[in-house]
Amino acid sequence: MDAVIANLPTYFEGFRMTVLLLVASGISALILGTVIAAMRISPVSSLRAFATVYTELVRNTPLTLVLFFCAIVLPYLGSNLEYEVAAIVGLSVYTSPFIAEALRSGINGVPVGQAEASRSVGMSFGQTVGIVVLPQAFRMTIPPLINVFIALTKNTSVAGAFFVFELFAAGRQLANANGDAVIAILLGVATLYLLITIPLGVIAARLERKWVVQR
Amino acid sequence: MSNSSVLFDAPGPRARRISLIASIITGIFIAAGLVWMIWTLAQPRESGGITLPGYFDASRWDIFADPELWSFIIFQGVVGTLRAALTASVLAVILGIILSLLRSSEIAWIRIPTAVVLELVRGMPVLLMMLFILLVLNTGAFWAVVAALTLYNGALIGEALRAGLASLPRGQREAGLSLGMRPLQSKMLVEFPQAFRQMLPIIVAQLVVLLKDTSLGFIVGYVELLRVNMSNLVSFYGNRYMFSFFVVTLVLYLIMNLSLSWFARWLSKRTASKSSGTRLDPEDPGQAVLKANAMAESRQMGQGSI
Repeated sequence: MDAVIANLPTYFEGFRMTVLLLVASGISALILGTVIAAMRISPVSSLRAFATVYTELVRNTPLTLVLFFCAIVLPYLGSNLEYEVAAIVGLSVYTSPFIAEALRSGINGVPVGQAEASRSVGMSFGQTVGIVVLPQAFRMTIPPLINVFIALTKNTSVAGAFFVFELFAAGRQLANANGDAVIAILLGVATLYLLITIPLGVIAARLERKWVVQR
Repeated sequence: MSNSSVLFDAPGPRARRISLIASIITGIFIAAGLVWMIWTLAQPRESGGITLPGYFDASRWDIFADPELWSFIIFQGVVGTLRAALTASVLAVILGIILSLLRSSEIAWIRIPTAVVLELVRGMPVLLMMLFILLVLNTGAFWAVVAALTLYNGALIGEALRAGLASLPRGQREAGLSLGMRPLQSKMLVEFPQAFRQMLPIIVAQLVVLLKDTSLGFIVGYVELLRVNMSNLVSFYGNRYMFSFFVVTLVLYLIMNLSLSWFARWLSKRTASKSSGTRLDPEDPGQAVLKANAMAESRQMGQGSI
């Protein structure tokens, strides 16, 4: 316990970086994922095919390999990104297909009858999508999106192995420095992760429960 | 909304032509982008007065003609990955079954601690668990990888099976009990087989995640595909083969993971056509479990009030 308290500044340095990775790659994955989702439902078939292949390939590549590419192969190919930026790029690319799927399944979850009804009362495409479909799709996408962000929080730990000093890297360094208090130190790291993931999980379960009853 | 054509008027010949042209033009742009990328990689580069060959030059790929290299990649790398994945899958399914039974126990002091432990395990990164097991229990890299993957995926599979148990109609259990079965008998013989079949696609999808996560073993020093190719072999043959090894590693991972996820999808289609229940998405196990849970709860509530 003493080892944990003595090293609180290191913990917070790591925790700050974890939150930074989470927020930065969360936002960019959200943008990238929305673009991919839009491509997948677009009427242009070549965009659709591209987005499908992208989703399939990225989702079946291990995150470790993606981050390895960003942190080690890319500099070798001649990029000079900082490791933090490389990690954010890798995490965003890896997370984007999951975001796209969450969005797409939300839109697919709206019953066809809703769109048919609004079309039959004479609403245009924009009105149908904007007033009828999207508001209903929105509530169905929030719990899956929260789930994706929980996974992203846990995935940021992999960046710690590729030269980014975040929570996992901090834990590893402290565990190496304090061989006699490894358990306490790693439990401290776990607590900080749980501090992010548990509240998010509770919110997701509550929203899902609330909305599944209304459907 | 699987059929989004409701949103538009049926396209006439003109709209169809426009969309075809747009499709061809964007297709050309995408292809041009890919060609540009490959062409850039294939160009020879100047570096410190020396001209390096492009990344698709034969001199960067010649080592792959050696069958000995391939047998090393297969028997050290692929087998290492599959060995960890297979051991962890078997153990995770067993652990998941046990946890789901504990989690749906009638006795509160078994049910509640299990629920808390499951929640904690699911909120933690697998990598942290690997490090913990490696440093604290001192098990060696293989068992650290296997134990962490078992614990994490066992918790998720347990949660999935529990949701499957909870979503069964209550009559199943009542029928079992009324035939004189003991509660455990009814659970094992009547309810559990149904829950297992319903959740099978989700379990297989979770095993895809497990297979992908074996690559985390790279970080804790377990010898698997990523470490064999990108660390051992690259340092043996030299950095100039790094890109080639990366491509080979990527392709091998894609072959393994894609075949398993296609199997999960096929399984989910097959079970969906058999049982009339809602099809749970095998693409995202976590979300499917959340949904199954919520559905089960709303069903229980509905039955309670009737």
